Amino acid sequence: MSVDLDQFKGIFFEESFENLEAMESGLLELSEGEVDLETVNTIFRGAHSIKGGGAAFGYVLVSSFTHVMEELLDQMRNGKREADTISVNILLESVDVIKGMLEAYQEDEEPDEERALKLKTQLEEIRDSADGAPPAAPEAAEAVEADSGEREEELIGWEISFIPHDDLLQTGNDPSFLIRELAELGEMTLETDVSRVPVFALFNPEHCYVSWQIKLDGAVEKEQISEIFEWVEDECDLEIKPVYKEVERRADDRRSDERRTDDRRSADKSVDRRQSSRRGGGKQKAAPAATIRVSTERIDEIIDMVGELVITQSMLSQLGEDLNLTGLDRLREGLEQLERNSRELQEGIMGIRMQPISFAFNRFPRMVHDVSQKLGKQIRLETKGEETEMDKTVMEKINDPLVHLVRNSIDHGLELPEERIAAGKPEEGVVSLTAYHQGGSIVVEISDDGRGLNRDKIAGKAVERGLITEPDLLSDEQVFRLLFEPGFSTADVVSDLSGRGVGLDVVRRNIESLGGSVDISSRLGEGSTFTIRLPLTLAVLDGQLMRIDSQVFVLPLSSIVESLQMRPEFISAVGAKTELYSLRDEYIPIVRFSDAFNIGEHRENLESALLVVVEWGNKHIGLLVDELLGQQQVVIKSLETNFKRVPGISGATILGDGTVSLILDISGVMEMSGMNNAPGVMNRASKKESRAV
Amino acid sequence: MQANGAEVGGVENQYLTFMLADEEYGVDILTVQELRGWEKTTPIPNTLSYVRGVINLRGIVVPIVDLRDRFGMENKEYNSTTVVIIVKVQGRNKERVVGIVVDAVSEVYTISKEDLRPAPDMEGAISGDFIKDLATIDDKMVILLDINRLINEGVLAESSSANAEQAPEG
Repeated sequence: MSVDLDQFKGIFFEESFENLEAMESGLLELSEGEVDLETVNTIFRGAHSIKGGGAAFGYVLVSSFTHVMEELLDQMRNGKREADTISVNILLESVDVIKGMLEAYQEDEEPDEERALKLKTQLEEIRDSADGAPPAAPEAAEAVEADSGEREEELIGWEISFIPHDDLLQTGNDPSFLIRELAELGEMTLETDVSRVPVFALFNPEHCYVSWQIKLDGAVEKEQISEIFEWVEDECDLEIKPVYKEVERRADDRRSDERRTDDRRSADKSVDRRQSSRRGGGKQKAAPAATIRVSTERIDEIIDMVGELVITQSMLSQLGEDLNLTGLDRLREGLEQLERNSRELQEGIMGIRMQPISFAFNRFPRMVHDVSQKLGKQIRLETKGEETEMDKTVMEKINDPLVHLVRNSIDHGLELPEERIAAGKPEEGVVSLTAYHQGGSIVVEISDDGRGLNRDKIAGKAVERGLITEPDLLSDEQVFRLLFEPGFSTADVVSDLSGRGVGLDVVRRNIESLGGSVDISSRLGEGSTFTIRLPLTLAVLDGQLMRIDSQVFVLPLSSIVESLQMRPEFISAVGAKTELYSLRDEYIPIVRFSDAFNIGEHRENLESALLVVVEWGNKHIGLLVDELLGQQQVVIKSLETNFKRVPGISGATILGDGTVSLILDISGVMEMSGMNNAPGVMNRASKKESRAV
Repeated sequence: MQANGAEVGGVENQYLTFMLADEEYGVDILTVQELRGWEKTTPIPNTLSYVRGVINLRGIVVPIVDLRDRFGMENKEYNSTTVVIIVKVQGRNKERVVGIVVDAVSEVYTISKEDLRPAPDMEGAISGDFIKDLATIDDKMVILLDINRLINEGVLAESSSANAEQAPEG
């Protein structure tokens, strides 16, 4: 009658990681000196559910570890202990250890038991130091029980009065399970009180009328008993009284110690068994299914939409049964409704995948806390726009680049306090994370008020490395972009250049693989800002279909500023290759696909040709197209799944007629046409890059 | 000669062979997903000429590679016998589905290990690395391709994309 727990494990892990996150942010609040009972309670609750779940799934290491942590927190909760730096730091470390253990279990690997036990001992020392006992060797610490005042007497048993409230059963608890569990602890005598059971007419089967007086023999620890009743604490009147006999306590200690080790050993064994059976299963080690938490409200909305869709469908099928010309108007109406329904439904479902970016931002307070201590810098982290929503998959993938950039800012951007004071800045440095929506993309800015980038040094280094030849031709922005070149990721450059550039090419590549872009702006002595721009979602896109030569391409609708028919008097040529179109007070470079993509013929006469003005970042370019076709939503398919990344193309989609159409990547097209770079200069750099690969 | 070998087991494999300019080539039949007729593709800009574009294979976007072109043979016009072999190749960490265009599909042979001869070192469009073995069947040579390697290194590798980027300039 074994139940397959595997399906619940995923949920347990997911929940535990959430709990750990909550605990972490709670602890960080504590570390800032805001001791608030609610915060401690939150942390406690997190630890408590991890403990419960860990025990249920047989992760004894996790549950026993969390147990000690929980006790420490309990002391804080009861005001017996201050949330001082030492205990908060050790609790933070414990959060890491638990996370490590859970991650190991999730991967079916052995957790780092040594580290956990070591930290557990430390926790126990701290816990016990509150009881007035000096921090002692772990063996001794283990033996010290909560009821420290009565350790002269030998414990021979417990009297437990368990009076469930009427609604105990409704919470899903069954007293018989609890009693059965108690029976496992030792010899038990049970008195059942049924006096409250009413006459049959008044009997409510969902109420619990029975109560128990329990006598439990044996040297059981109080924790073990209260642990059993933990889940029903609020639904019953519980009294646990010890029964003592006056003797020396040493014998008992040894016994309980022995039992502990026994417990641990058998638990280890069960873990082993489970793992070996898993291994026997061979390859089927299932990847943890990714899950998303969705508010029921959102689901209700979607169900409403589905309801409407069903109504529309039945209306249309009714129309279809006896179709004649008189029904034409209603048919059109129905189709419009269908379109609206499916769009709403799609938006609703896409909405499920959207999560506030605070999920990604939440890890940074901890990181800043840790790193600032290590580096001896004073740093304040500011976050803005945490509620900005983005696709879960995008968020998961930008996590690493974000961490990288924030670390970068802390490590290399911000100065040490003395330097800051010398530069006339406040001692405390500020790193800020800002997120907001702009058009069809989400923008995340990481900025610091540190020393900023030194253009001349970077340019000098780039010349030395042969990435550029004439730095004077480049704008500041173009020089800073050189930091994203692979050539800049080596260590010797780093130390010279105040460290900037560690693996920034990796950051850029990650972001670009998501169809995004990253830019730097900086002022020497005032700080730098990294701006990441990402598409809102990776799955569906509002597209404008357009024909170039004989091929249909899709352009993200959100990037289109306007389309116009060119008038010859507004076209001017700059040099042999570049043409500009004067649109109101702006000159917009014209991009020919015959040049950029090698398709179609070079068109000499641009008169009355179609120009689509698109925007990326703050730049505009005009794409020369042959025909504008319809607008439609397209499902994005990655080209990389079976092929590889193609410059200027962000993906592919399948059109209504079954053919494949390519989706243009505006930032890529801009780069290819040299808009982001100084013509001729950066081309060398990109060639270098490709050769290096 | 094919029949009794199968019972020995382990030492022989089945190969699907196809024709390219009157030569017979073979791929491990386990890598073959399906055979299709030639259909119009959507060209991908700025890639090497032998990547003929992508097609929609039941909702999956699949690149199509012309093997004649890849091996530096003269291009042949596609006709009714032109076949696209859809193969599954093992990439670095995932499986890729790719179509290869060949003149015609020929046979399925069961070839035992003893009949295989290592390929001599060769240079050129079809490097020796892409050839797993040579086999002689009915006095004819069959070139058995290492399709995983050919696709991963000879078609999709980063270096070939670098060439593509530079090609338009030169």
